[in-house]
Amino acid sequence: MKRLALTRSPWLKAALKSRWPQFIAAALLLAGFLFVIVSGLLGTPVGSRNFGIIAVWILWWALLILAAVPLAGRGWCAVCPIPLAGDWLQRGALLGPSGRPPRGLNRRLPKALRNIWLQNGVFTLMALFSAVILTNPRVTALALAGMLAAAIGLSAVYERRAFCRAVCPVGGFIGLYAQAAPLELRVADTAVCAACASKACYNGSESGYGCPWGVFPAGLARNSTCGLCLECLRACPKDNIALNLRPFGGDLEKPAARLDEAFKAFLMLGAALAYAAILLGPWGGLKAAALAVGSPAWLAYAAAFLFICFGLLPGLFWLAVRLGQVFAAPRRRTARRSDFALAASALVPLGLMFWAAFSLSFVFANAVYVLNVFSDPLGWGWDLFGAAGLAWQPLLTSWGLPLQIGALVVGAFWAARVARRAAAQGGFHALPVTGYAFGLTLAMMGLLL
Amino acid sequence: MRAETLARLLVLGLAAAAVGFPLAARQRPPLLHARLAEQGGWAPDVLRAEAGQPLTVRLTSDDVLHGFGVGRTDFEAVLVEPGKVTEVTLTFDQPGIYTYYCTVWCGLNHWRMRGVIEVRGSDVQAGAPTPPLYAQLGIDIDAPHPAETTPAERPNALAAPVVALEFSFDQYAAASPAQLWSSLGNQPGLENLTDAQRWDLVAALWARQTSPAALAEGETIFRQDCAACHGPQGAGDGLYADDLASAGQAAMQGLAGAPDMLMQSPPDWQDPAILLGASPALLQGKLLRGGMGTGMPMWGAIYTDEQLWHVVAYLYTLQMDYP
Repeated sequence: MKRLALTRSPWLKAALKSRWPQFIAAALLLAGFLFVIVSGLLGTPVGSRNFGIIAVWILWWALLILAAVPLAGRGWCAVCPIPLAGDWLQRGALLGPSGRPPRGLNRRLPKALRNIWLQNGVFTLMALFSAVILTNPRVTALALAGMLAAAIGLSAVYERRAFCRAVCPVGGFIGLYAQAAPLELRVADTAVCAACASKACYNGSESGYGCPWGVFPAGLARNSTCGLCLECLRACPKDNIALNLRPFGGDLEKPAARLDEAFKAFLMLGAALAYAAILLGPWGGLKAAALAVGSPAWLAYAAAFLFICFGLLPGLFWLAVRLGQVFAAPRRRTARRSDFALAASALVPLGLMFWAAFSLSFVFANAVYVLNVFSDPLGWGWDLFGAAGLAWQPLLTSWGLPLQIGALVVGAFWAARVARRAAAQGGFHALPVTGYAFGLTLAMMGLLL
Repeated sequence: MRAETLARLLVLGLAAAAVGFPLAARQRPPLLHARLAEQGGWAPDVLRAEAGQPLTVRLTSDDVLHGFGVGRTDFEAVLVEPGKVTEVTLTFDQPGIYTYYCTVWCGLNHWRMRGVIEVRGSDVQAGAPTPPLYAQLGIDIDAPHPAETTPAERPNALAAPVVALEFSFDQYAAASPAQLWSSLGNQPGLENLTDAQRWDLVAALWARQTSPAALAEGETIFRQDCAACHGPQGAGDGLYADDLASAGQAAMQGLAGAPDMLMQSPPDWQDPAILLGASPALLQGKLLRGGMGTGMPMWGAIYTDEQLWHVVAYLYTLQMDYP
């Protein structure tokens, strides 16, 4: 696979090695993050008129799922403001290494947490309350404040960015879908790393911190665990770190079999289907149940959500993989359990395109609210940019449907391609998994269109 | 300046601005929040003003579309939209207590979404308030007053016999149509009228007490504020009637001071025994004071006496035809 090393450009490399651009972006985003919390707590409780709701769930979400993740993978993590305060606390500095030992308890993250199961759990928890979180500015503010507090607290106990690695519900799915992105950070020459005694990329040096994500770049084969923080680029004494452009789906050419990521994929698919039904569907009773947190109706909704994500979708997928193994039986002797997780890599592009199609349905429709809340962020009658009084009207309505259909079709065929790769690698037949992907695509189309 | 120090100042400055800016600008001047009655209604629910001095009120809704009106004034109601701020300026000539209220059917207890403006001033008119007419007449407006006799056909003022008959407003207000119908039978010169002619005469005397313009205003108010429970034809089958009745006491629990109220279904004014048995003073009293335990709100704080009489006049057109 061809790659273009962006870091071969001297000016771009200098810009990436400098801490200032990344730091200023994160500092500005931290201010925005705090403003979101304050506006959620103090501003109007009307979601469509509160900066917190619109800036996060319309503007940020659209940029994340329609641009940042598909094009730059974990590009958002590179400038995310959540770890900034914890990093400062832990490192005692905001910019380069101070040379002093890390502050706090600096414990190693327990091995049991060095995966994304906990992130799956946190995402599931938030997903169950999502109808409220997405519409209630107070709840959004509390959820974001909780994430910030957790990131700071964990940085005081554990080394590196424990929150990003093990807890962040957003980072979990960004990592999953970053495998499809055409941007990667890799070592230029693994032989150089093998001969390197300092391993500064992992241990840190005078010019850069040891990988905050706990990754040894020489062993990096997929984007999932690399936060694109660029510390290794700054720390490497051999100048052996490269930021590459590559074809879409680079990591999926040789899929990996990880059960935690497989279940993240099911969770994301189930959530996309559920949200499409709840937020965009005609079923008022379903929406009311999702909003009535704690009621018997909500408990039934929660049970159904969990069943779909962790029972129905994985169950049908297991059947598909099993069928693929049966079809391929003459060519192989044993049915490996890892085939299930391996085949689930086909769900990465499928899920990404589900979320893109789902997001397209409300991003254009609600874009005017973005202008409204920038003019009157707290709903207090301000008109900072003369757009507070703009009447709501959906934008680009004629584009929405073709783009959604296009995204879903691309997702289905991309999933089929990855399924073939996975099947070839595992030795099972790809057709049932492909059928599963097309079936789900039809279901999503039915819900969205 | 060292880069690290600059970075720290930048982070702290931006963070302080992000938090401090909204805190410094918080609710200056304050907002009057409209919320569904079940969520607390208006907040605050008491405003204060000086007579003759303008009072600027900035309104916003925290949930659904509401309206803002001020009772017994000529202030034109405005819409209060979710998340938007509407500014109005009020000036009260006289001191007193004015009621502001929601003018949009926003929910089951929309009718209870009210607050007051306490207007102070030196020009306080002394003297005890005049008791309402129903109290002066000793009418128990909470008791049923069914008509003993009802017409076989709908009374029609146009078909009434031409007779010279004095009939004052006081007479009109004090007696129900059925009572007047009875008493007309004893009037000299009217002994030969048939039952139907007497009912038509009652309709004509009732029609004398109003005008097309007054009836039109009465109908407008009825459709705006009464039809939701009483139904568009007064049959007691309005949009909220069943909901309120089924919600019963629970619908009232969130409202201060009314923990033991019971909901009742509105009366069926398509039944002539009910409407023709009620005197205008009784109906006006119900409007003025409210139903006291029936779920019927008091409208005396919202509408002027004249407007309430217009509503009363309109109600009788549900059973009688006027020119």
